[in-house]
Amino acid sequence: AFPKRVKVVEVGPRDGLQNEKNVVPTAVKINLINMLSETGLQVIEATSFVSPKWVPQMADHTEVMQGINKFPGVSYPVLTPNLKGFQAAVAAGAKEVSIFGAASELFTKKNINCSIEESLERFDEVMTAARAASIPVRGYVSCVLGCPYEGKISAAKVAEVSKKMYSMGCYEISLGDTIGVGTPGSMKEMLTAVMKEVPVGALAVHCHDTYGQALANILVALQMGVSVVDASVAGLGGCPYAQGASGNVATEDLVYMLHGLGIHTGVDLQKLMDTGTFICNALSRRTNSKVSQASCRL
Amino acid sequence: MGTVPSALKHCLSYQHLLKEQLWIGEPAAPPPAAPHPGQESQASGLPEYIKIVEVGPRDGLQNEKVIVPTDIKIELINRLSKTGLPAIEVTSFVSSKWVPQMADHKEVMRGIERHPGVQYPVLTPNLQGFHSAIAAGATEVSVFGAASESFSKMNINCSIEESIEKFEEVAKSARNMNIPVRGYVSCALGCPYEGNIIPAKVAEVSKRLYSMGCYEISLGDTIGVGTPGSMKRMLEAVMKEIPLSALAVHCHDTYGQALANILTAIQV
Repeated sequence: AFPKRVKVVEVGPRDGLQNEKNVVPTAVKINLINMLSETGLQVIEATSFVSPKWVPQMADHTEVMQGINKFPGVSYPVLTPNLKGFQAAVAAGAKEVSIFGAASELFTKKNINCSIEESLERFDEVMTAARAASIPVRGYVSCVLGCPYEGKISAAKVAEVSKKMYSMGCYEISLGDTIGVGTPGSMKEMLTAVMKEVPVGALAVHCHDTYGQALANILVALQMGVSVVDASVAGLGGCPYAQGASGNVATEDLVYMLHGLGIHTGVDLQKLMDTGTFICNALSRRTNSKVSQASCRL
Repeated sequence: MGTVPSALKHCLSYQHLLKEQLWIGEPAAPPPAAPHPGQESQASGLPEYIKIVEVGPRDGLQNEKVIVPTDIKIELINRLSKTGLPAIEVTSFVSSKWVPQMADHKEVMRGIERHPGVQYPVLTPNLQGFHSAIAAGATEVSVFGAASESFSKMNINCSIEESIEKFEEVAKSARNMNIPVRGYVSCALGCPYEGNIIPAKVAEVSKRLYSMGCYEISLGDTIGVGTPGSMKRMLEAVMKEIPLSALAVHCHDTYGQALANILTAIQV
């Protein structure tokens, strides 16, 4: 049996754009988020308060945060890799933040130059400040089904990191198949292990479509009781680990599947497709969404 | 992901990743050559073996704009034969007026290498095509029905009933010559003209094809509109009439739903 409702977390403006080659002007980002807000999506990840030296695409984080229309009932979480980012985010009006852990030591080392343990200590500072400010924190765990440096990742390790982040106070843990290598079998195995430590109501899946497996993996997650799914409009965001590969699963394709299953999302698919068309034009790229491609009448 | 990684050149290659990934949850050695499809693995509840029917050279090329030279088609099929695929749909013995891409059906059929243990079915829309296929060396044929009257009329200019009558002629000749026949049912999850297709209709057409002697019925989501829910409902209806082991799914990825629909089918 499937959940009756699924919360779709739109990561296009952050995870999507961050992995697009072309830097997008602030006004376009703001328009993108405003259009997404009109589709019925309840959660839209707006930007990342990270140093522009590392992520030039997100350099305008303050302007974006301050420029968007905040729709009632819609949440606009932002990434905050450390306390400094957290403080800048709150100053800019953020009401929800996200922190990024990984189930792979090597990935953590290559990415942020420290061990998993050390990264969680850094996040602890953010958690403490967030708790004091009554700001909810979402935790991401990367590499849950495979790591571009370590290869195979044990389900037990994913469970361990997820448990730590949940215990630290994250209200939700988004499990990311960062390089999209997972398949229904490995998804099931990983979720079985994680669900022993974190209640399924606090879990989300963030599947990449790098090997075309995303919807099948998401289907398995839904069958196991997961009811929060991350996706990116138009499938924005390639994969930095595989040249030319695709990345995030397209929100349009996800919503198509969920609606076909009779699952309520609250999202207007047509408005979502229009938003996808807008951002693809702005990026001078074709959509990665099959639903959009099918519906295109040139 | 959080920050942009700086040491990408130390990434594992995709070959390494796939090698690890594809044996997760699997036994130490790959399953033996051709076990009976439908046997279930105890651990996952999924079949231990799935027969993959490669339709690229026929269904694939037929829907490509560029006409491909005969020698390229032959090379494609020869290469596919080396991959271990157990069935490769080669070509279609249909009038070249309708399907120019398949005009070279005889040359292709005669030109390919026939690997032992690999089936090379061809499409035969009627008795004439069937005879031509046999003359060219075909040892398995396919017939194409639809669960939608409008689609049948638009595609092959006759009703479902009339098309079944034509196929019965083919099936009868095929039976006399010990040639296996595979049946396709198009529009199993939706029709470009009629829209919604009821599962009972799919079951009805499938049953007709199975009763006339088709050893397998391939249920096609022709326009890819299906989702796991509609796939499940359709299969449940069809399985009342036809044993599961005689069913195949042919899912189009037009809306990105194919793998999710296929997963649902193999879970049934």
